[in-house]
Amino acid sequence: MSEDDDRQQSPPSDLEFVSNKARNCNATGSGSGNPEFQSAYPDQVLENVLHFLTSKRDRNAVSLVCKSWYRVEALTRSELFIGNCYAVSPARATARFARVRALHLKGKPRFADFNMMPSDWGAHFNPWALAMAKAYPWLEKVHLKRMSVTDDDLATLAELFLGFKELVLVCCDGFGTSGLAIFVNKCRQLKVLDLIESESSDDEADWISCFPEGESHLESLIFDCVECHINFEALERLVARSPSLKKLRLNRYVSIGQLYRLMVRAPQLTHLGTGSFSSSEIAGQGDQEPDYVNAFAACKTLVCLSGFREIILDYLPAIYPVCANLTSLNFSYANITAEQLKPIISKCHKLQVFWVLDSICDEGLQAVAATCKELRELRVFPVDAREDSDGPVSEVGLQAISEGCRKLQSILYFCQQMTNAAVITMSKNCPDLVVFRLCIMGRHRADHVTGEPMDDGFGAIVMNCKKLTRLAVSGLLTDKVFDYIGRHGKLVRTLSVAFAGDSDMGLKYVLEGCPQLQKFEIRDSPFGDAALRSGLHHYYNMRFLWMSSCRLTRRGCQEIARAMPRLVVEVIRSADEEEVDDAVEILYMYRSLEGPRTDAPKFVTIS
Amino acid sequence: MEGRVAYENDLNLKATELRLGLPGTHEEQQAVSSRVGNNKRPNDESDDQNETAPPPKAQIVGWPPIRSYRKNNYQPKKTESDGGGIYIKLSMDGAPYLRKIDLKVYSGYPELLKAVENMFKFNIGEYSEREGYKGSDYAPTYEDKDGDWMLVGDVPWGMFITSCKRLRIMKGSEARGLGCGV
Repeated sequence: MSEDDDRQQSPPSDLEFVSNKARNCNATGSGSGNPEFQSAYPDQVLENVLHFLTSKRDRNAVSLVCKSWYRVEALTRSELFIGNCYAVSPARATARFARVRALHLKGKPRFADFNMMPSDWGAHFNPWALAMAKAYPWLEKVHLKRMSVTDDDLATLAELFLGFKELVLVCCDGFGTSGLAIFVNKCRQLKVLDLIESESSDDEADWISCFPEGESHLESLIFDCVECHINFEALERLVARSPSLKKLRLNRYVSIGQLYRLMVRAPQLTHLGTGSFSSSEIAGQGDQEPDYVNAFAACKTLVCLSGFREIILDYLPAIYPVCANLTSLNFSYANITAEQLKPIISKCHKLQVFWVLDSICDEGLQAVAATCKELRELRVFPVDAREDSDGPVSEVGLQAISEGCRKLQSILYFCQQMTNAAVITMSKNCPDLVVFRLCIMGRHRADHVTGEPMDDGFGAIVMNCKKLTRLAVSGLLTDKVFDYIGRHGKLVRTLSVAFAGDSDMGLKYVLEGCPQLQKFEIRDSPFGDAALRSGLHHYYNMRFLWMSSCRLTRRGCQEIARAMPRLVVEVIRSADEEEVDDAVEILYMYRSLEGPRTDAPKFVTIS
Repeated sequence: MEGRVAYENDLNLKATELRLGLPGTHEEQQAVSSRVGNNKRPNDESDDQNETAPPPKAQIVGWPPIRSYRKNNYQPKKTESDGGGIYIKLSMDGAPYLRKIDLKVYSGYPELLKAVENMFKFNIGEYSEREGYKGSDYAPTYEDKDGDWMLVGDVPWGMFITSCKRLRIMKGSEARGLGCGV
């Protein structure tokens, strides 16, 4: 690896090979034999300077300059990011960094979200919680993604960290409402509790009532994924005594009438998740409905709107007053048509982030393209997520978006049919694309106009979108698409491949061509052991490689493990299947300073 | 009692099965291909012998890549041409036999309750969130997914039809107990 400063090459963000890389700057060869560089200034000066560094990449680079910089950087790093919880142990992390205030930790690989990983695979927060409790009594913030968090862990956070302020759980599981109850009760300084796309069990604990009485410091309360009834009266009182509350995302058990009562108490909200947006009463029509329009009009600073879990369309016009200010709108749980969308979207001139269901059809996307000139991120989810369902959106919608939304940076698009032409058009119209994820749901589906594979479309994306760092491919694809990616996708860090390629060459092109590749997930593609070997030069630079239902054998995986001692090579099989033959169902491998983990379940074999 | 047995033997048992997911999807086929990572194309596996018209392709685990939380959360649109209604048993205290009704036929509580009133020729009374059903000796209740008996009308309609397993019109003192500000 070149040491050239001008290259984008950045040191691994979750791992340091200190012994290999930290240069020993020897000043004068004095007889003392002390290899430490005698700095012209005391460490304190450096400390004061380094305090200003926040970017983790900058800090990683700084720590490699020499031993004293390494030491001072370690003292001044207050936000610790660990991209793979198994890459480094809690003990090692706490030994190096003494003054951490915020921990950001990620566990399972993304394919676990789609039931592709047997449960109980790992990624337990518990050992981290205990280690942090000893080492960082002043810890304020914990941000976890795809970790297993138990009720006990929540109790630990609340009881052992007196100044704890912020908990964010994304795609986590393992806890329940009882854990939440203890957590909110004991955490007296809590400012942020964000539960996002996480699974919690309903132990029927009334956790909302457990927030302590008196004025609360709450700034953000997000619980739209918590699938259980909540005590509304307690919630209303909580909102009333939280003057700093800016973000509130309700779950679908909150009716629109209840939403109204909350909104009138919190017009200062900037982020609102509306809950069910439907009525629970079957009262007659004569009853007075609250003035929902007014409630929305009173929220002058509202910029981010979501929810609509069980939307009753009659109520939708209530949001008109806020549309002009919205920068983010999430309709991805609202099954609405183009006609129902148009009156809303036509007012959303400032919209930057839009999540929606394909029920709006190509026509709805055309309406988005006509108004939302500032759009940066679009996600179109399928109402009917099956391979053979009807596809209401197609290349027509994609093309329209590319023509109307020139500033687009990130797109996730589920569809049933696509053409190379539309993808090529997008690659030219949207040069700022950083994330391009196209999911043609029917496997191996060709360009439905020309009958050709989708290679050229994705090829154009990597060629024309010079800032692209994340790519997900689908449809009928040959090795050619990987050749394109290897040649042109020089900044690609995350690549997701499914049902693609013809031979080992496909994988080789990517492993040999993409120097920035960090996260690589592959399923059901014909790549074998030989292809795996072609990445030996690169695996230490990656966070992980996932390969499932490919053509790997145990012997092939063991070879890799032998060649690379700092790589943990996990072969995972379905929990209920016995070891039968040499074929590997799931390979999950990642660099690690710790060697094979000790908490692996029976169905995981570590080579 | 005879009537009950006849319902039990109803060939349409599948229709009364409570499943999460859009009506018309065949969840059991997901179980067939639950073996993770098999190089065989799923088409090779025997498609289910389905009595109805051409079976859809067997669904593969994790494809398309949508989190199950999203898949389970979508409310189905108005029942267009998707097959299977939501048939549940309806019993009335004191009546000699049960009825079967299709919840999908109704668009809300008022319609459902009117239909039930007509079926058994009685009056249900006025609903209020606080006091349940006033003005009659009856209370419509239902058994939900967890096996608990709930008063009809408390939850949003969409949530109700996906969680209701059976309906029971309670009568007399039992009913009054349920109605009073629980």
